[in-house]
Amino acid sequence: MPKAQEKQKLIDKEGKRIDGRQLDELRPVKLEVGVLSSADGSAYIEWGKNKILAAVFGPREAHPKHLSLPDRALLQCRYHMAPFSVEERKSPAPSRREVELSKVIRQALEPAVFLEYYPRSSIDLFIEVLQADGGTRCASLTVAALALADAGIPMKDLVVACAAGKAEGKLILDLSDSEDKLGEADVPVALMSTPQEAITLLQMDGTLSVEEFEQVVSMALNGCRQIYKLQKEALKAKYVPLKEETEG
Amino acid sequence: MSEIVAKVKQKQIEQLITNDKRLDDRGLTDYREMQIEPGLIEKAEGSALVKLGKTEVLVGIKVEVGEPFPDTPEEGVLTVNAELLPLASPSFEPGPPDENSIELARVVDRSIRESKAIAVEELVLEAGKKVIVVFIDVYVLNHDGNLIDASVTAGLAALLNAKIPNYVVEEGEVKKKTGYKQLPIKNYPIAVTFAKINGKLVVDPLLEEEQVMDARLTMTFDKDGNICAIQKGGGSGSFTSQQISEAAKLGQQISTERRKLVVKE
Repeated sequence: MPKAQEKQKLIDKEGKRIDGRQLDELRPVKLEVGVLSSADGSAYIEWGKNKILAAVFGPREAHPKHLSLPDRALLQCRYHMAPFSVEERKSPAPSRREVELSKVIRQALEPAVFLEYYPRSSIDLFIEVLQADGGTRCASLTVAALALADAGIPMKDLVVACAAGKAEGKLILDLSDSEDKLGEADVPVALMSTPQEAITLLQMDGTLSVEEFEQVVSMALNGCRQIYKLQKEALKAKYVPLKEETEG
Repeated sequence: MSEIVAKVKQKQIEQLITNDKRLDDRGLTDYREMQIEPGLIEKAEGSALVKLGKTEVLVGIKVEVGEPFPDTPEEGVLTVNAELLPLASPSFEPGPPDENSIELARVVDRSIRESKAIAVEELVLEAGKKVIVVFIDVYVLNHDGNLIDASVTAGLAALLNAKIPNYVVEEGEVKKKTGYKQLPIKNYPIAVTFAKINGKLVVDPLLEEEQVMDARLTMTFDKDGNICAIQKGGGSGSFTSQQISEAAKLGQQISTERRKLVVKE
């Protein structure tokens, strides 16, 4: 079974990928803000076949209380995958991967949030991956930033993430599940554009030369800039009509 | 690891670094002195103690016969676990692994796995049924900063030191023949960790430097100078593209030098 899969080409002779994309083309991304009524802020993303919900509660009392910080709010983040989100059922207990991703997503968002405005409190972010299709950490981070904004949490800017990498010797943008699994390298990158462009998440697995790595990072940043526009449109889609309603 | 650092200490570290100096008189890109003691634990198949300044990490390797993963029936299995022992730091507590120890284990795992350090295809006893499982247990004994580099180095040194039983399959049963053989090691990953403090990159951060850093960046290089793993972490800061390029180039140089301390060729 795996033998047959290995023979499947990721990139055809014309330089097109399995799903018909060009090397530097993103999968379709759809974003929606304010999708859950109980949360203080929420958002939903479809990125390729990824379907992910994010919700924010707070600032509210920190729980457990001893974690609270005297000079700023605590940002708590839980990245979690539904048991039915992947081919083989995933146990609902948090895996080591999920613990690590919760941490890197939190640390990618922290630079953007004015945590010092809410000392001793907690801002709780919950991410539920309903369906996974490669690149869930980037999609999660992108949707989480929108949920924070929707909750009215003051931020320097939205944070947006996108991966780039290498498969069959070619540098590619936004790896799909099979490109991630069978390809040579995967580099997820998160970008915050204010006050100047800063990289708030950077990971890699695979093999790349230093030159290839630099190209891949700049490809991923280009992807980030494209999705950043979609993020802003999604916020406007919810809030511009509201503004017109209150003013009109 | 959010220990409270006195503001004066923070100021001192930042001022020193602005003048390209550090608390322990090192240059910004210098490592602390490192000692490697392989084979400390006789009962383990492989082991190594690495002392990087006052940071001490012991890695033990155990092997077992087990089942391969269904998607890789013709490969042995690699498992990395890390323990931040309560005796290593006042900020470490007993209990199940927290996010810091899980992150450490996963970065060590990525460095070894993605560089293809272990020839896993040589660890198959009976395809799809019986393979050798390699357990790499990272034991942090004393925490004075830069646990990742010390752990990856200790992991590599322990792998190079490992001798595994001479397994054979006879009539569907795995038996140990007399003698031992070397674990098949094909690549030598070396991790280089940078801390960003006051806009500058410093290599091999001390614990006190980690406590005031804006962010941390680890890059692992294989023996050919390719990057095989990256992890940004530690603190809530960010990097510019220029800093990342700088780290990649500098890290490549440094890793080549550091590798000579572990691998004698």
